[in-house]
Amino acid sequence: MRVRALALRILNQLRHDRRTLALMLFAPIFLITLIYFILGGNTAPISIAVVNAPADYLRNLEKYNVIVQRMDASAGSIALERREVVAVVSLLDGKASVAVDGTNPAKVKLALAAIEGAKISAPAVRPDLRSDVRYVYGAEDLSMFDNMGSTLIGFVIFFFVFLVAGISFLQERTTGTLEKLLSMPIRRWEVVVGYVLGFGVFTVLQSLIFSSFCIYVLKVMMVGSFPLVLLTTLLSAIVALTLGILVSTAASNEFQMIQFIPILIIPQVFFSGLFDLPPVIASFGRIMPLYYVADALTQVMLRGGGLADIAVDLSVLLGCAILFMVFNTFLLKKYRRI
Amino acid sequence: MSASSVILLQQVHRSFGKKPILQEIDLEIFPGQIYGLLGPSGCGKTTLVKIVAGILEPASGETYVLNERMPKLSVMRQIGYMAQSDALYTSLTALENMLFFGAMYGMSTAQIKARAEEVMTLVNLAEDRHKPVQAYSGGMRRRLSLAIAILHCPPVLILDEPTVGIDPVLRKSIWQELQELARQGTAILLTTHVMDEADKCHTLAMMREGRLIAKGTSRELQERIGVSGIEEAFIYYGGNAHES
Repeated sequence: MRVRALALRILNQLRHDRRTLALMLFAPIFLITLIYFILGGNTAPISIAVVNAPADYLRNLEKYNVIVQRMDASAGSIALERREVVAVVSLLDGKASVAVDGTNPAKVKLALAAIEGAKISAPAVRPDLRSDVRYVYGAEDLSMFDNMGSTLIGFVIFFFVFLVAGISFLQERTTGTLEKLLSMPIRRWEVVVGYVLGFGVFTVLQSLIFSSFCIYVLKVMMVGSFPLVLLTTLLSAIVALTLGILVSTAASNEFQMIQFIPILIIPQVFFSGLFDLPPVIASFGRIMPLYYVADALTQVMLRGGGLADIAVDLSVLLGCAILFMVFNTFLLKKYRRI
Repeated sequence: MSASSVILLQQVHRSFGKKPILQEIDLEIFPGQIYGLLGPSGCGKTTLVKIVAGILEPASGETYVLNERMPKLSVMRQIGYMAQSDALYTSLTALENMLFFGAMYGMSTAQIKARAEEVMTLVNLAEDRHKPVQAYSGGMRRRLSLAIAILHCPPVLILDEPTVGIDPVLRKSIWQELQELARQGTAILLTTHVMDEADKCHTLAMMREGRLIAKGTSRELQERIGVSGIEEAFIYYGGNAHES
């Protein structure tokens, strides 16, 4: 009864607080859309200046998503200086001399690969001996966004729920309502459960909107079941929620709460499988909730895994949430013993 | 110890680190009594009322409310507590605040709505009950806090500086209501800085540096030191090195 009243109150507060509502619903969408454009499939073509090369070489080069600009040597070096082109190529007797602007390693890599690749004439390999490639998971045209999207969905939800739930619980203390709450016949665990329930209901809505947006609007690679994605993001949100209010019980003001972000949230990104780390360091990821969120989402979205494949991940997440809640109930003793 | 006392404190001590906040506090309050705690800022008044409310616990000594040893959740249900800061959810409307706090005390929605009518009229906020609290002035918030404290008709009422920021006309009507509640048997413990309010309390306790240095009616306190006016008594007990 009291738990229900507390949960209802939180939903009421969110309903009145339009800005927080917008932050919770649209900021994640905004963020993931930006990431989509950065990592999405359509990489911009690179420009290469060609000083001297055979015509079929130029045709080959264009197949590599390259804009070829013919110019003489002096115009080439000016273009390079003005950053209009990434490289200047001159081909003599099959040997290429290349001048590159090395400030952007990613572009240089693409340019050099194109310059080398264009030298090999197509029929050199016998068609019947061409490697037979079969994509077991993923697809030929998988972009970086498809690859990382699943993990990012988990992270973005985790981050925003952590922040809003944590600050909201903290305000309870700074505005004196926690003291009033504790002068009433409510138990400490009822406070914690009420909070989790109130925000929990809201995060169902948030997860639904956000996951649908990623899958149906941004069309991130998704071969598994949508309900499982939803279940995982929801659990991710619950862990973030319980961790957020736990941390805010320990913090004494909003500023301290923010300080926990670089300590507790950012490192989890690096260990969530987005980046390749040396095995010893990567194993630390095992103690971080986001690792399990990322693993479950990747299993479902990229590999079409079922409930059995992610059962361990989900159990770990549920365990984390319960652990954080128990610990929080205990920490609230700081404010009232009974 | 009288069986009929509503609030009873025996030799209550509490300290913050090594600094004693409360020492040798003995206090007894009966049904229908308005008991005022008077003393300079930082003398321990708020700590004392928080112990009675069950939020804090004494390091030693015993606190009983309604003959039960505090803190106890079932007794806390019988207490109305108004903190020094207005503990309100500012994004919610006044009525939504009441629905929440009422539910915490186990009242049904219908009960709360009926009772909210009464108490909001009492503090002169009936017109504004659907406004969000963030649109309230300081005085309105104080009145709403008071309305919430008496929402569940508690037999014990604890008010920490209830009339700060409330204008004299409204203060008078609030005092009339407190006196009416007392007539019906509610025991009221309040802290105050306002002298004419102190005069209205049935019993006063002067507090200084964590000790209750004098107890009695306003008249008794004045006569004991030969002054006329509670303000002078306050200065006498609070200001100089007198110990009783």
